[in-house]
Amino acid sequence: MAALGEVVVCARGVEKYFGDNHVLRGVDLDVRDGETVMLIGRSGSGKTTMLRCLNFLEEPTAGSIAVAGVQVDADPLHERSRRHQEQIRQIRLRAGMVFQDFNLFPHMTVLENCIEAPMRVKGVPRRRAIELAVGFLGKVGLIEKRDEHPARLSGGQKQRVAIARALCMEPKVLMFDEPTSALDPELVGEVLNVMEELAHEGTTMIVVTHEMSFAREAADRVVFMEAGTVIEEGPPEQVLDAPQDERTRQFLRRFLRRGDGQPAA
Amino acid sequence: MSEAAKAQPLILRRIEAAHRSRNVSFRLQFVLVWVALIAALGVALALADQIDPPWLQEWAPFILGGAAITVLVCVTSIALAVVLALLGALGRLSRNPVIHAIASFYVSLVRGTPLLVQLFFVYYALADIGVVIDPIPAGIIALSFNYGAYMTEIFRAGIQAVPRGQREAAQALGMTERLIMRRVVLPQATRIVIPAVGNEFIAMIKDSSLVSTIGVAELLWRADTAGTPTLHRPSAFLLAALVYWVLTIFFSFFQERLERRMARGDR
Repeated sequence: MAALGEVVVCARGVEKYFGDNHVLRGVDLDVRDGETVMLIGRSGSGKTTMLRCLNFLEEPTAGSIAVAGVQVDADPLHERSRRHQEQIRQIRLRAGMVFQDFNLFPHMTVLENCIEAPMRVKGVPRRRAIELAVGFLGKVGLIEKRDEHPARLSGGQKQRVAIARALCMEPKVLMFDEPTSALDPELVGEVLNVMEELAHEGTTMIVVTHEMSFAREAADRVVFMEAGTVIEEGPPEQVLDAPQDERTRQFLRRFLRRGDGQPAA
Repeated sequence: MSEAAKAQPLILRRIEAAHRSRNVSFRLQFVLVWVALIAALGVALALADQIDPPWLQEWAPFILGGAAITVLVCVTSIALAVVLALLGALGRLSRNPVIHAIASFYVSLVRGTPLLVQLFFVYYALADIGVVIDPIPAGIIALSFNYGAYMTEIFRAGIQAVPRGQREAAQALGMTERLIMRRVVLPQATRIVIPAVGNEFIAMIKDSSLVSTIGVAELLWRADTAGTPTLHRPSAFLLAALVYWVLTIFFSFFQERLERRMARGDR
């Protein structure tokens, strides 16, 4: 486990309603520098919504979010001033995101995808942005694809480019929303390998995933959510192998029956 | 490659051959029917004894010259209409109530009134209150305002057809709304709407004949001017019709190629 640094992400009392549907019921989450936290739970448990609340792609109904010192309170009535919107943007600059279905820009090449935001959002000079992008594309093993359009890539390659694109913004924390769920099974490994490497290098990461064996390998902490609350959290060997709560045990049993993940100790 | 062909079972080769011959015979019949129909049209015209070759020889250059004006008016109008449609679409999607209202008002007013009325308003009514506009600019103004309103809806649909994930990815990268629109949404929306804009252009070639009513010396106006006093209206209007037809076939060809290229795209 990485030595724990200062708190990078701090969420307090996050609530979210979709209409009458109470999806998040007061979730607290702290993520420290260098930590890899994985959110697990069945679909509909609120883990993806929680992740999307952290960078305000989803507007929390209540609560507050702080990322690397920038704190924004929920404002469900959308009465935000320009200053508040700018605060949200500042959070997004510090929290990179990798999506389930990649969302690469199809009209740009791989390299252009990677340098677009650094250049136009952060004002990084083109030459420096390209250096950065080339470095990260090398890291995800796709440097030879730099001039291809995303349509020419496989799903696994697209997702690795998406990771490089997020890294190019040099975020304080990298968030993954089920990054392998849209992939053919044989392409999952290449993406997980990249993520595992990042985790071991001490990248601060929050990962929503259904890959239990991956959580066991790469997570510093696993957070099990159900019905919009955190049921249990702790190191993977504790939450996955010796769960305290009956609901966690039930969830993990279902996974084992499907043959996903390792048998519990 | 030839190894593979040899390895291919006989039945597959037969199926492929059958497909090919069915394709060829379809195309052959298609062309034959077209040739027959065109020939029948020619014969009918000849029998009606309404085509006067010496007259045609004398007036055809004058009438054909109108095609250039038709194309000029259309190309200018479609370019202006694209600008209006882009502004209209952004307005229709704006969360600012004033901008949204203005854009909706424009679309509603223009789509709710006939193009001919708009044309008369710009040329005659404005002149009566002291705003005198020459026929060609008046025609271009009316056409571009009219088509701009229809294309506003095309552009709006195109912008909305860009997947939501694109906008979210850009937001997550910290891009501002303006930057997202300019760098992520509009370039993709453009690819989506180009075929539809091509269709509008082809429709406009035909609708532009309305500007003959305010004295723009385009195709129809010239056919009328040449045919009516000399009592050769059948030849004159037939020629005009033929030229419109050829123009639309010509531009449809480009439009189809463009559409195919866009469909291939890089998605």
